[in-house]
Amino acid sequence: MSKFRSFLPALFALLALLAAPVLGQQRPVSAVALGRLALPEELAAWDIDVRPDGLGLPPGKGSVKRGERVFMEQCVACHGEFGEGAGRWPAVAGGRGSLKDHNPRKTIGSYWPFLSTVFDYVRRTMPFGNAQSLAPDDVYAVTAFLLFLNDAVDESFTLTRENFTTVRLPNAGGFYDDDRETAERHFWSREPCMSNCKAEAKVVSRARVLDVTPEDKTAAPKVD
Amino acid sequence: MSGNGDRLVQLGRRRFLGAAGAGAVASALGPGATRAGASGPDPAITEVQDWARSLGDGVAVRPYGKPSTFEKHVIRRDVEWLTASRESSVSFTPLHQLDGVITPSGLCFERHHAGIAEIDPAKHRLMINGLVERQMVYTLEDLKRFPGRVNRVHFLECVANSGMEWRGAQLNGCQFTHGMVHNVMYTGVPLKTLLEHCGVRANGKWVLAEGGDASTMTRSLPLEKALKDCLVVWAMNGEALRPEQGYPLRLAVPGWEGNMWVKWLRRIEIGDQPWHQREETSKYTDLLADGRARRFTWIMDAKSVVTNPSPQAPIRHKGPAVLSGIAWSGRGAIQRVDVTLDGGRNWRHARIDGSALPLSLVRFYAEFDWNGEELLVQSRAIDDTGYVQPTKDELRKVRGTNSIYHNNGIQTWLVRTSGETENVEIS
Repeated sequence: MSKFRSFLPALFALLALLAAPVLGQQRPVSAVALGRLALPEELAAWDIDVRPDGLGLPPGKGSVKRGERVFMEQCVACHGEFGEGAGRWPAVAGGRGSLKDHNPRKTIGSYWPFLSTVFDYVRRTMPFGNAQSLAPDDVYAVTAFLLFLNDAVDESFTLTRENFTTVRLPNAGGFYDDDRETAERHFWSREPCMSNCKAEAKVVSRARVLDVTPEDKTAAPKVD
Repeated sequence: MSGNGDRLVQLGRRRFLGAAGAGAVASALGPGATRAGASGPDPAITEVQDWARSLGDGVAVRPYGKPSTFEKHVIRRDVEWLTASRESSVSFTPLHQLDGVITPSGLCFERHHAGIAEIDPAKHRLMINGLVERQMVYTLEDLKRFPGRVNRVHFLECVANSGMEWRGAQLNGCQFTHGMVHNVMYTGVPLKTLLEHCGVRANGKWVLAEGGDASTMTRSLPLEKALKDCLVVWAMNGEALRPEQGYPLRLAVPGWEGNMWVKWLRRIEIGDQPWHQREETSKYTDLLADGRARRFTWIMDAKSVVTNPSPQAPIRHKGPAVLSGIAWSGRGAIQRVDVTLDGGRNWRHARIDGSALPLSLVRFYAEFDWNGEELLVQSRAIDDTGYVQPTKDELRKVRGTNSIYHNNGIQTWLVRTSGETENVEIS
């Protein structure tokens, strides 16, 4: 009897071992312990995005006049004195009424739908190569100056957190959601032609004419 | 056996032509002709080559392997006039020099908005904030301890791929016309897993993804997509992401435009509205002929391109030729690819070989005999939603020529009698 009793724990241990799930069949592992709560200072440092309804705007204000000073110091090298864009750098002003043209000029005044995008982008990424170096008041001021360059406000204007959402950009109504599945429905469910699909195929446009391809000497053709 | 024979024939033919002088095209030799030996034995065989005599590098001399020095021309290339600076620019995948379905990591095209961020992984954090029960911060080590890790092969196409071609044939080379696409295997965890860990609130409908580079790239995407198949990934093709592709962490948004696959991913915010950031208003919206613009055109439609022959890969031999190309669709799986050699008068089904996964590149082939005649080569992809890749003119009819983005029109290559190949458009 005593022998049997001493045997029991060993038996249970053995059974427990056999019953133990093999790797890969375990119950779901808890992920609860992973990561940690974000601190308020951390959220404040990274969560600086701004929405069209003004959510995310920091306290502050900036005048067109102050904005002009900041723009001439920080932005003019790339964007030009009048926001026309230097070389291939982006134009930020002008282009109103050009969106149907052969060469549309898409600027804040002609194309961008929301002012919040300007503020958010300048604050987050500008000046190019020295991102997030502008104080909130400077960002308000540059945004105000960009409105002025686009004839949306006069030179006495001051942009503030309070009046921000009252400013509407000219092309705010120029966008609509993706409608390809209806507007381009004819690209679906066609049975493509396989033979004798057309009488002839003539070349109507050639890349050679433009000759803008970077050189690649390895591709010089030679048939043997 | 026949493969070895062909090789011999080809080498012999080359030597024969060299002896016979320039301009002699091999048409003089019928398919059955014995060309080997026409000008004596091949020294590539009869002479002992250096590599067959002396010892090569030992193990660990090349601790991280690189391509053969004979492949040094297989590189990403850029088009300098395209952008104002190389820090906010693009380089293109050499599609014409690749095969199969997986793009080598070092050849995946680059699109940076503020250069390559070189991030110390020990200092990288992923924050999830906004409309969640718990606003969290994760280290890479935390992310790699989450259960449910997955491996997925997906294409990533910049939505401006082929964007220079809206007004007509412009760039001579599929590297430049179509090289803003790559296809690799990603490793990571579903974004859904992380969002569940934080507990998305009932009014959370939109996700903002933010990068840690100097452009702090931000894009809005609907929560529905985030929960469906988005991944937070740290590896590509089995190793850590390359810095150019977002090391140490990026977002994968399968089938959707490349700009949304935020590199150097550092933050995910949940909100109840889209943010209308610069890259979803000023850029990555599609200006149509009437002066209005489509926005939120996230899905990449079915597209294909013949990579061989193409302007950078002309046909160099008469006789047997292998037409090869790639196709993909952001709406599902590629079901079929058709090719034509006569400008769309007659088509045939191409042969898809290798994996044909949804939201991934597929590789297709169509073998043919080239007798030196002029060819107008095209391919046409059809996906499992029934979408048929349109012609460029069909696209222009709906969209005009100002939209820059989403040019998935059929590409035409003109193969001249010399084998030289050019980017053209046809009637």
